[in-house]
Amino acid sequence: MSTIYIARNKDVAARKLGGEMMIMSGRDSTLFSLNQTATAIWQAADGVTPLADIVTGKLCAEFDVDPAVALRDAEELVAGLEEHGILKVSNAPIVDAQ
Amino acid sequence: MTQLIREMSNTAQRLGVPLGVQLDLTYRCNERCVHCYLDHDDHGEMNTAEIKDLLDQMAEAGVFFLTLSGGEILMRRDFFEIAQHARSLMFCLKLKTNAVMIHKAEADRIKALAPESVQISVYSHRPEVHDAISKLPGSFKRSLAGARLLAERGVKVIFANVLMRNNFQDYTGVQELAAEFGAQYTVDPTITPMMDGDRSILNLGIGQTELQQVFRDPSLLGTSPEEFCDLPKGPLAEEDAMEMLPCSAGHTFCYISPYGDVYPCVQFPLPTGNLRTTKFIDIWKHSPQMNEVRSITVNDLPVCSTCSHNSGTCARCPGLAYMEGNMRGPSSLDCEKSYTRTGVVIAGMMAHPKAKPAAGLEQIHLASNENVVNFR
Repeated sequence: MSTIYIARNKDVAARKLGGEMMIMSGRDSTLFSLNQTATAIWQAADGVTPLADIVTGKLCAEFDVDPAVALRDAEELVAGLEEHGILKVSNAPIVDAQ
Repeated sequence: MTQLIREMSNTAQRLGVPLGVQLDLTYRCNERCVHCYLDHDDHGEMNTAEIKDLLDQMAEAGVFFLTLSGGEILMRRDFFEIAQHARSLMFCLKLKTNAVMIHKAEADRIKALAPESVQISVYSHRPEVHDAISKLPGSFKRSLAGARLLAERGVKVIFANVLMRNNFQDYTGVQELAAEFGAQYTVDPTITPMMDGDRSILNLGIGQTELQQVFRDPSLLGTSPEEFCDLPKGPLAEEDAMEMLPCSAGHTFCYISPYGDVYPCVQFPLPTGNLRTTKFIDIWKHSPQMNEVRSITVNDLPVCSTCSHNSGTCARCPGLAYMEGNMRGPSSLDCEKSYTRTGVVIAGMMAHPKAKPAAGLEQIHLASNENVVNFR
């Protein structure tokens, strides 16, 4: 399976509130609330760290989750966030993410 | 209000987070609207560095919804530098402008800011009526040209229509204009007293007959007039009144002037601190005035706590009440609105002789307590 890189879309509005990330899509003003694990993925989405490394380095380190299950869940989450224009997803590092 | 925003607001209130801020970048303006409550001189605006530092502080404090307004925001030469800094801090950015100075280059730069919305003042669909209110010849044409450039770029545009005696009959025309532009439409029948306390501009406001028409127009309410104008269900039980807060001012929202003065709300001119001497978070958390505003529940309002309208039909504004002399008192403007909405005499009208109901209105008994219109 190819390596997945993720980056935060610069057009969204985002703020952490009470441990959860509130995100408003720049595309259609839809408001999303990310739970703690999704928030951890969002915060680590720097465009250059592979998703698999984020899962092992962040999620598995901070939460008691099975790595394989966590990666599968993370891939589903990332696909959903990409669909709403919240994350950019690529098979190569996203160099303009910072 | 969506469920998620309600939950967000509740969490912010529980944690003491200032979820929303309106920051007026300047009071200078290229228009001289007849109903404007501001003076348009520069009494020492915050400079670029001060505002960027403030934005950093607000992001750190948890501010999510940031409205940049004025005056006219584009009167500041550093507007885009400020707005781009706000964008980099990931605020949910809302802009208020008259759009007169928006040409192609400005429209492109605003699009790049990815604002949640751009609200543009439009007073009439007739150029002569709009221009007579803005006192800037040609402003109607220029405002609409700016609005069109934004709409063409996919920016969410909102036409904001303040209702007055001299443009009341035009609001359906502005609604049609908004539809033609693919813009949203919002209406406001409230005229705010001048910041120096002068209330003479209130004479521009619409009367009860016109307000009744507004409150019974389904296209403005978002619900049926029967529901909106239903009889009040209050007064609240004492235990509920102790829990209920007057509004978000000072609880999850505040207003900042171009001079760095912090207030609980745009129309609540109670000084709580200045950013040139005190950090934003310290004013928000520790200002005695802000904490006094926060301490007030409906139960603490000597007149309104026993009023049948306090369960929802009256959107009492503590800022307007403050401008009348007592932040715990009734706001006669809101008393009048609630009376016009329901036809039921309101407690504050007994306390304000000037707000006595006009004869004949007592017979209006329509149905609802759901306030879905954004009437301040």
